[in-house]
Amino acid sequence: MSKALLDLVVAQFGSAVLGTHAQHGDDTVIVAPSAWFQIHQFLREDARTSIDMLTDLTAVDYIDREPRFEIVSHVYSLGKGHRLRLKTAVGDEEGETVEVDSLTALWASANWLERETFDMFGVRFVGHPDLRRILLYPEFEGYPLRKDYPADKIQPLVPFREVPNIEKVAPFGVDEGMSFGRQTHQRGHEEN
Amino acid sequence: MGELSHTAGTETAVLEAGEGAGFGTTKLKDLLSWAQKYSLFMYPFVTACCGMEFMSVSGPRFDFSRFGSEAPRFSPRQSDLLWVVGTITQRQAPVLKRIYEQMLDPKFVLAFGTCASSGGFYDNYACVAGVDKIIPCDVYVPGCPPRPEGVLDGLMLLQDKIQRGDRTPGIVKPRRDPASNQDLGVVSLRRNKDAAT
Repeated sequence: MSKALLDLVVAQFGSAVLGTHAQHGDDTVIVAPSAWFQIHQFLREDARTSIDMLTDLTAVDYIDREPRFEIVSHVYSLGKGHRLRLKTAVGDEEGETVEVDSLTALWASANWLERETFDMFGVRFVGHPDLRRILLYPEFEGYPLRKDYPADKIQPLVPFREVPNIEKVAPFGVDEGMSFGRQTHQRGHEEN
Repeated sequence: MGELSHTAGTETAVLEAGEGAGFGTTKLKDLLSWAQKYSLFMYPFVTACCGMEFMSVSGPRFDFSRFGSEAPRFSPRQSDLLWVVGTITQRQAPVLKRIYEQMLDPKFVLAFGTCASSGGFYDNYACVAGVDKIIPCDVYVPGCPPRPEGVLDGLMLLQDKIQRGDRTPGIVKPRRDPASNQDLGVVSLRRNKDAAT
């Protein structure tokens, strides 16, 4: 659709653009991580693009790739009505240092989106003013949406109850679970 | 007072002089239980979409105030019945536990819906798989969300339990704690790299 938009970005950042593709009107630009901030700044400030809205920002963990994480942003122009997806790949194999420039200087909405991405994937956004967990609790260790986080690992804040006779499977009386009209039991509860 | 005039061998009350007149005899414990089960002051701990069904069942069409469970008390110190309505996340578990501990005995807990009962499909890093992992739970109402009829049935079940003087909480379903399972370990998805080495 907006091939012109893709061409404009490629012409402006020739070496930093690693690839483009467009499918069914979804235009995608794959950029080098060093140009992540500059490209967004250009898209926001140039009159021909005038992209003024950061719709979404998240990450994908491709565990068998190098670099491992793909940062994805969706941007939209309210005035011109065109949208663009930008991707960049960062991070080493173990996920120790995953860093990309923060977009909070351009869009205030990037603040919480980047905090969520940090919370779930452990991506550190350089220049973010307040990078801490937003959904999970501070005691949480690890990053749950990484592919190497065990799928059913839980980190309870409240320890589970210690209950004696936990093997007692049937806690209810014979007719408990039946409404009044369906009760047939004799009342044998007097001594307890 | 229908159930107060049973004529079985272990009846709780006997009307001595016919309907509407005379006096009845009963045991104090049974009378207290009978009063208790029709005056369940509730504390609605509503966290998720089940709250819509909770509003429905508290509204005039289904109306659980018919069962004496009408008055909501937004202070746990004044309430008897804790409705846990919706998903409880690990982050919210301390809040729920504190609310429960602030309630005065006798206190009852009703797990409303699948999430509160067992966690449902939220079997993940974020959610508590059933509130009975952290607080004792008397009645479980299944459904996602439950039908109002199911909730009323659960409420009557609880009243039945109170009348019988049964204070046994529901079973705590054991859940394998994966955090302590060493075999589980790291999920291996690096097929290409494993094959190379």
